[in-house]
Amino acid sequence: MSDFALENLYREVILDHYKNPRGHGVIEHADAEAEGQNPLCGDEVSIYVAFGEDGETIDDVKFSGRGCAISQAATSMLMEMAKGRTAEQVATLDKDELLAEIGVPLTPVRLKCAMLGLTTLKVALHKAKGTPLPEGLADFDDLELT
Amino acid sequence: MAVTAGTKLDARTLRADFPIFEQQVHGKPLAFLDSAASSQKPRQMLDAMDHFYETSYANVHRGVYELAERATEALEHARERMRAFLNAPSTREVIFVRNATEAINLVAYAWGLWNLEAGDIVVVTELEHHSNFVPWQFVAGKRGAELRMLPLDDHGELDLSGLDAIAREGNVKIVATNLVSNSLGTINPVDRLVAWAHEQGAIFVCDAAQAAPHMKLDVQALGVDFLAVSGHKMCGPSGAGVLWGRAEILQKMEPFLTGGHMISSVHVDKTTWGELPHKFEAGTAPMAEAVGLGAAIDYLEAIGLDAIEAHEHELAAYALGRLAEVPGITLYGPPAERRAGIVSFNLEGIHPHDVAQILDLQGVAIRAGHHCCQPLMHKLGVAATNRASFYLYTIPEEIDQLVEGLHAVRKVFA
Repeated sequence: MSDFALENLYREVILDHYKNPRGHGVIEHADAEAEGQNPLCGDEVSIYVAFGEDGETIDDVKFSGRGCAISQAATSMLMEMAKGRTAEQVATLDKDELLAEIGVPLTPVRLKCAMLGLTTLKVALHKAKGTPLPEGLADFDDLELT
Repeated sequence: MAVTAGTKLDARTLRADFPIFEQQVHGKPLAFLDSAASSQKPRQMLDAMDHFYETSYANVHRGVYELAERATEALEHARERMRAFLNAPSTREVIFVRNATEAINLVAYAWGLWNLEAGDIVVVTELEHHSNFVPWQFVAGKRGAELRMLPLDDHGELDLSGLDAIAREGNVKIVATNLVSNSLGTINPVDRLVAWAHEQGAIFVCDAAQAAPHMKLDVQALGVDFLAVSGHKMCGPSGAGVLWGRAEILQKMEPFLTGGHMISSVHVDKTTWGELPHKFEAGTAPMAEAVGLGAAIDYLEAIGLDAIEAHEHELAAYALGRLAEVPGITLYGPPAERRAGIVSFNLEGIHPHDVAQILDLQGVAIRAGHHCCQPLMHKLGVAATNRASFYLYTIPEEIDQLVEGLHAVRKVFA
């Protein structure tokens, strides 16, 4: 086995986020929410956002759903990154910032897994605040744009 | 070729016909366990396509020159090979299409859209590939017809107890099921369903994409009205498949695609359609691909479909036994004797994408996902499964490599 490649992709921090996801759960009466699905593998994620008193700063953000280690760990990392930022900041958050956090090279297929949470969060913010839609939206199913 | 029809096949020798196995993946021998998605290609088939391109290539059914005649002859020879392979009464009923998906869409559009009426019923099963589900859902929706799904029992086999209730609900016009499930490997009781469909006055559309590579087919014995085959799953090239349909039904149908070649005469105010099968073959055919498919049939028949089927049953039984040793595994589908060479499974707490990725690093190629069977995944209560599938060139060592790989997967996620 290519142990290096294996340990690299499933490095400790990813497995830790996968097994102990941060911000896992549901926010009742969330200020913003969206559901996303990756049509390639059927992964699903729902994201819930609560804003602070200024109506802009993300006070709390949670996710639920199911998926592979990469999609779940990336979404877990995203929850930590998004909290305390404004909707506008998250809407324009560069995907490379999240990829740097994940810290391992991803194949194009797995990149979609990693981006599911970020794309869904940006859609939630778009629906609530009219912030810009994310790139690569066409890669995902069922992101309702009402 | 190492074996003759009727004998047990020697997968180890046959592998030498497949250039793809002359390589390592991630420094490991390639264990290719995804033949249900698409099979690998024998040198004999590749050579036939090369030979056609190098010696006989021109557009068919047009020119009067030597090359055009040779090309036409090669295409029509491939059609005859497919007719014999399916034991169809006539080559007029053998229509070249891209794949089984296009074959089923042809029937959905050219028969379904014209014959379904509001309140009619189309029956499919929970085991269908999206290719034999979405076209029916689409045309039924367009015509205001109803879609009914035959459910699965706990063994991954069809539960036919609801048929009478469906018959009482209304006018069943189309019954569409697969012969072998691409996801669970279940071999379905098509004979009973055909008889029931015909009692209702319905047509029966058989998706044989997953059956044709692995078992002897006989459209007359099956009694179906349409049958769809994908060449790429049976050692043929991508881009060539076949729809077989009963001539008396095909004759009454309007065309699916219109344009060149499918016409009898074209006037400013009216066009008349060509004879079968040309009426359904608009545009330039996948000529070289059809020739390749003909050569693939030669290859499979020289080995013997019975020998291929027996080999896969053996591998399925071996795989089910070996996989059961892996802690935390859930195996889906029927027992080995009632399934083709397909095994779907999940490892507890580990997503199939992660399983497949770690297996890939060990040279093992399996499919992870919903296998274009989302209704079935919903039924099983999972988002996805892992699927290992076998073919004539699969050897037990590849299954051993898979099992060792799964132990490694569990170690990563321990």
